Amino acid sequence: MAADQPDIPRFLAKPDFQLLLDLLRQRGYRVIGPRVAEGAIVYDEIASADELPRGWTDQQAPGHYRIERRADDAWFGFAVGPHSWKRFLFPPRAVISRADATEQGWTFANVEDDSPPMAFLGVRACELAAIGIQDRVFLDHAYADPIYRRRRQAAIIIAVNCTSPASTCFCTSMKTGPACTSGFDLALTEIGEGFEVCVGTERGAELLTALPTREATPADRRQAAELRDQAAGQITKRMDTEGIRDLLLSNLDHPRWNQVAERCLSCTNCTMVCPTCFCASVDEVSDLDAEHVERERKWDSCFNPEFSSLSGGPIRNSIRARYRQWLTHKLASWIDQFGTSGCVGCGRCITWCPVGIDLTEEVAAIREAQP
Amino acid sequence: MSSPAVVDNPWLSRPAVIRAIRPEIEGVATYQLQLADAAANAAYRFRPGQFNMLYLPGAGEIAISVSSGHDGVWEHTIRVVGNVTRSLSKLDPGATIGLRGPYGSSWPVDDCRGQDVFVIAGGIGLAPLRPLLGELIAHRADYRRIVLLYGARTPDTLLFQDHCAAWAAADVEIHIIVDRSIPGWSGNVGVVPLLLDRQHPLDPDRTQILFCGPEVMMRYCVRSALQRGVPKHRLWLSLERNMQCAVGLCGHCQLGPAFVCKDGPVFRYDVIEPFLRVEAL
Repeated sequence: MAADQPDIPRFLAKPDFQLLLDLLRQRGYRVIGPRVAEGAIVYDEIASADELPRGWTDQQAPGHYRIERRADDAWFGFAVGPHSWKRFLFPPRAVISRADATEQGWTFANVEDDSPPMAFLGVRACELAAIGIQDRVFLDHAYADPIYRRRRQAAIIIAVNCTSPASTCFCTSMKTGPACTSGFDLALTEIGEGFEVCVGTERGAELLTALPTREATPADRRQAAELRDQAAGQITKRMDTEGIRDLLLSNLDHPRWNQVAERCLSCTNCTMVCPTCFCASVDEVSDLDAEHVERERKWDSCFNPEFSSLSGGPIRNSIRARYRQWLTHKLASWIDQFGTSGCVGCGRCITWCPVGIDLTEEVAAIREAQP
Repeated sequence: MSSPAVVDNPWLSRPAVIRAIRPEIEGVATYQLQLADAAANAAYRFRPGQFNMLYLPGAGEIAISVSSGHDGVWEHTIRVVGNVTRSLSKLDPGATIGLRGPYGSSWPVDDCRGQDVFVIAGGIGLAPLRPLLGELIAHRADYRRIVLLYGARTPDTLLFQDHCAAWAAADVEIHIIVDRSIPGWSGNVGVVPLLLDRQHPLDPDRTQILFCGPEVMMRYCVRSALQRGVPKHRLWLSLERNMQCAVGLCGHCQLGPAFVCKDGPVFRYDVIEPFLRVEAL
């Protein structure tokens, strides 16, 4: 913590919240936040605090997602939706290079990412953890991803503590939430008529100085802490992560993989909604005379059969093999590769699985019936 | 544009010029390449066992091991198996393609010093081992026996037969086998692991064995080597997986915890064994 950061949280009243959005937009940031669209709470560009999903919440269960009205007018009274911040830092489609035919043959050029800097509003603790995980994937080795790096360095992160976790949430098991502890510029807790605001960085502190805040009272802080604690108490789903790497990697031929393969549709939903899944493929996008070609990277999924294809066909030629790859990568081999689990316990893969496969149940089943 | 240029884009190819194309066996040709930029070409270095990503705009990109090379010019020996290799086979000398690399791990040249070195290949798998043979021969006195065991489906699909005389002259013991004979073939018939079974003597504690070929061939060769008492950490395999980014960012080539593109393609057997043994992993 920098010395000039206030130790005591501030209070930002809801009528002044628009000033935060205005300030960010004036400074050239594209503000991305939650809004209701097509029956879900998604992340999208917002200009006004009126666009926030006020009075809405989400009901989630395996294979089930509905938004519904809350009894109150909470602005951030939901858990997480089908979107994650991944789609803004690691876009679903992006041109990564260009080739042009010249008299001297092919020349190759960078295609610069031209996204304006973004401010993420409403980032949950599990999502801060997910961004931290993708930082290790995309930045922490010899070959960093240029698009991710540029967008990540520019992004302002305004977290909002989760006070309405869903039945599919298990961040407490993954030790990622529900309270935001690091990785943000500002962290807000919604308390009735305003927000308790905690500062995480100098950039966050500087933003705050431009806003009409007051010191949070002991009562404000007590209320915010109670709401955060309450959220932790509402999380009922558990995953036992004790020795999970060895558990899964020593059970690669467990009969449970056959059982889950009978349910799994290999539809890729879990990988698309996962805030850490990073697999991608590259398409050639050519003009008609094939003299100007762009390489377009798009999200891919280990559930697509051709994902593992060699000339002789896919290596993972069954749903059993593909589900096993996803789960063991996410929860086990990710630890070897990047030092932490690839799972943050956000529960999206459970909610958005069309047949309601719950990875916590799969892990428990393997743990219970070890050969 | 206002934003700073991203100069270190791992996806960005460099132009490379095809200097020569040499037909090998049916459907296989060797392409001699140089980077178009003279300074970049002079600085280009690879280690035996590494691969490059070759890019044909519009067709796509493929991972191909380096099959030989020396100062400023190197080769890729490529079999036509798909869209990109087919497009490549239609190019003439002088054409440019894109190149990224070299990438990946290499054959354990240092561990081979003072050892008997068995080089075991099947089919096109001899290509990534050819620069290793060149390296061993260039410092022949540093190694004890060098034994090449090589097999292919038929005598007319044996690769690099025109190099055998030079290798033999450099005191490489060469044993060749084919799955199916044709009239006029008087050599061995059978599978590559048989050649290893027949190797006598074989000093398990002064031997390094390097494999590249179909996984089933390598599996049986490993079994043969282990039966002969060669420790697992003296066995090395080059694996093939779907490699797209070549730098561990795209996820395609995973085998258990390994990204084959950057942790491999050459693995010490004891490191990769638990995952290699699992079907469809």
